[in-house]
Amino acid sequence: MAKEKTTGAKAVVKALEAEGVDWVFGVPGGAILPIYDALFDSTKVKHVLVRHEQTGAHAAEGYAHATGKVGVCFGTSGPGATNLVTGIADAYMDSVPMVAITGNVSSALIGSDAFQEADITGITMPITKHNWLVTDVKDLPRILKEAFYIARTGRPGPVLVDIPKDVQNAELEFEYPETVNIPGYHPPVREEPRLKDAAALIRASSRPVIYLGGGVRTSSAYAEVEAFVELVGAPVVTTVHGKGALPETHPQCLGMFGMHGAKFANYTVQDSDLIIALGARFDDRVTGKLSTFAPEAKIVHLDVDPAEISKLVTATVPLVGDLKLLLPQLTEETRKAFAASGRAEIAPWVKKVADWREKHPLRYTPQGEDHIMPQYVIEQIWKKTQGKALVTTGVGEHQMFAAQYWKTTQPRQFITSGGLGTMGFCLPAAIGVQLGKPDALVIGIDGDGSFQMTLQDLATAVDLKLNIKIFILNNLFLGMVRQWQELFYDNRFSETPLSDLPDLVKLADAYSCLGLRARKPSELDAVLDQALAHQGGPVIVDIRTRRQEKVFPMVPAGAPLNDMIDGE
Amino acid sequence: MERNETMPSTSTHTVSLLVENKPGVLHRIAGLFSRRGYNIASLTVGPTERPEYSRMTIVVLLSSKTVDQVVRQVQKLVPVVEVRELSPVDLIERELMLVKIRTPEKNHAELRALAETYEAKIVDVSPDALVIEASGNSGKLDALEDRLAGYGIQEICRSGRIALERGFKTLAPPHLK
Repeated sequence: MAKEKTTGAKAVVKALEAEGVDWVFGVPGGAILPIYDALFDSTKVKHVLVRHEQTGAHAAEGYAHATGKVGVCFGTSGPGATNLVTGIADAYMDSVPMVAITGNVSSALIGSDAFQEADITGITMPITKHNWLVTDVKDLPRILKEAFYIARTGRPGPVLVDIPKDVQNAELEFEYPETVNIPGYHPPVREEPRLKDAAALIRASSRPVIYLGGGVRTSSAYAEVEAFVELVGAPVVTTVHGKGALPETHPQCLGMFGMHGAKFANYTVQDSDLIIALGARFDDRVTGKLSTFAPEAKIVHLDVDPAEISKLVTATVPLVGDLKLLLPQLTEETRKAFAASGRAEIAPWVKKVADWREKHPLRYTPQGEDHIMPQYVIEQIWKKTQGKALVTTGVGEHQMFAAQYWKTTQPRQFITSGGLGTMGFCLPAAIGVQLGKPDALVIGIDGDGSFQMTLQDLATAVDLKLNIKIFILNNLFLGMVRQWQELFYDNRFSETPLSDLPDLVKLADAYSCLGLRARKPSELDAVLDQALAHQGGPVIVDIRTRRQEKVFPMVPAGAPLNDMIDGE
Repeated sequence: MERNETMPSTSTHTVSLLVENKPGVLHRIAGLFSRRGYNIASLTVGPTERPEYSRMTIVVLLSSKTVDQVVRQVQKLVPVVEVRELSPVDLIERELMLVKIRTPEKNHAELRALAETYEAKIVDVSPDALVIEASGNSGKLDALEDRLAGYGIQEICRSGRIALERGFKTLAPPHLK
């Protein structure tokens, strides 16, 4: 690429173009004006004007989740930047590739408590893979190249580039580098993969289980996972971000395990003699009490991030590397081990798991004609969309109902806030997903509490005429908190009942989009059909679900994984 | 099967880092230690044979289990070029200490003799105070500190540990050797 004279602001736009960025989410402001001015001329980079920067960050996440590309968001200095923080922290916890670009006050004012000044690099240090405060415009092309590179490689995550206004206005000879050279950044591998040791454990195991996490999505290793799963023949469990790593309709797939996993999935993990963890990190929401977690299991742990190995659960055999490259080698090594020396009998184990599955299915009890059951709503939407919709969720009971009852059949289909558990994620993420996948049917499963945390961005969805369908499982409670209060705080519902506000149908009307409501099971079918058929913009569906319905089974926080409350 | 929920007993580890000499690096490293609850006993930072890199020596109070975790987490920081726990067997460690003692002049000769025993120097003398400079490993400085306690220590300043490994091994990764 030839050098050309340009400004820092224009260099940002050129870098985005060079990175193939098609959508950016943000809100302009004083300290980022030069970049917005440069953006005005770009024909390749389109900008979504969100109504709050948090939405911009979550939309960038949704876009990245759905497409596998880097999501990009903008914010101005001070509050613009701090409003991005929740989305950046969310992306950090869930390993979502994201580049956040913020304007800052001019270099001469930095450190003077200037108007709308915030030390956003200091603030985001613990929630970014890396961040930069650009002090010299000449560094800008290199920094942007490094930013995209770091965001998407290794274990992906968010990065932030903070650019003072004078640096945006300064001139430079622009040349976008083709390569990066970062002395301290070499996505693994430091250890020789111990494939033979892993294969030997698999060969010897009579009660193996395969545990799939978000890393499968990160490395798009779906075919590799399926080949491995079918060779080993073991039951498969997933995390919430592992949903879709193997179709949940696959006979070996037991779905999600952990705090709200199915009993049969938790029993399987707990009783296994070998856990093969692929792109997962043994989060407390899946392990339950660590000291009692799968007491007889040896652990094969394959992950791209060496710091996840033996962080919580000591790996018997660690395998550090990219799943997509390493798993086929493990499959091959396992195949050889089976051929050379046979393997332990697993049929009785598979039978035992099948028996658990039959005896302890996921279930709920319909409560007559006055109560819409939230689980039933998820099942119905799944049926009506043949399980093909892309789903985003908020955080709370509705999210766990969706995780339990939405049988994810495709990769990148179930998009949620897992690690950080950010209420308000659903609508912003749905916006990003729909822009990344314009032809897909995108539905949101949200709660009434969660929806209200970011509902202002209905305007954004309407502006863009996005056909997203937000189904609000409305129980007039902060339901998950209420559930804990009922179970562990003696029914003392401190600050969890929500008033019946706003009127979601009128709200939809105020935003010039379609609003629908179902209060009884008899009304549900027609409302769902109408919502799914609606074109020309978003639809908000207020579904009044049974107020005191709880998510079961449940492993209480700090309890062993097989010690589940089932509500019966 | 070991589950890392309960911490085994703690001990001291010397972790050496080669880091890019850029603004904010100390903040990133100190922030990681505090955020993950790693207990810093001392931290030193200074220039190296290459102007673009600095070397940090961090003494941490940890179990051996978590020191691997510390190293792996620190390695993830982009400006950290290399990090390793230095083997206690091959460790050359030094610390510098200045001690100000308020004591009448009649004790000065005695203190001079004591300092000599510890290969320390008296670097400032006034009628009722003197300053002793000592260097060596932390154990030696601790011992000297104990001996001086009876003379009325007014102020102590210790530099924290710096350390290298014996032999030809260096911390730099292959591409920097």
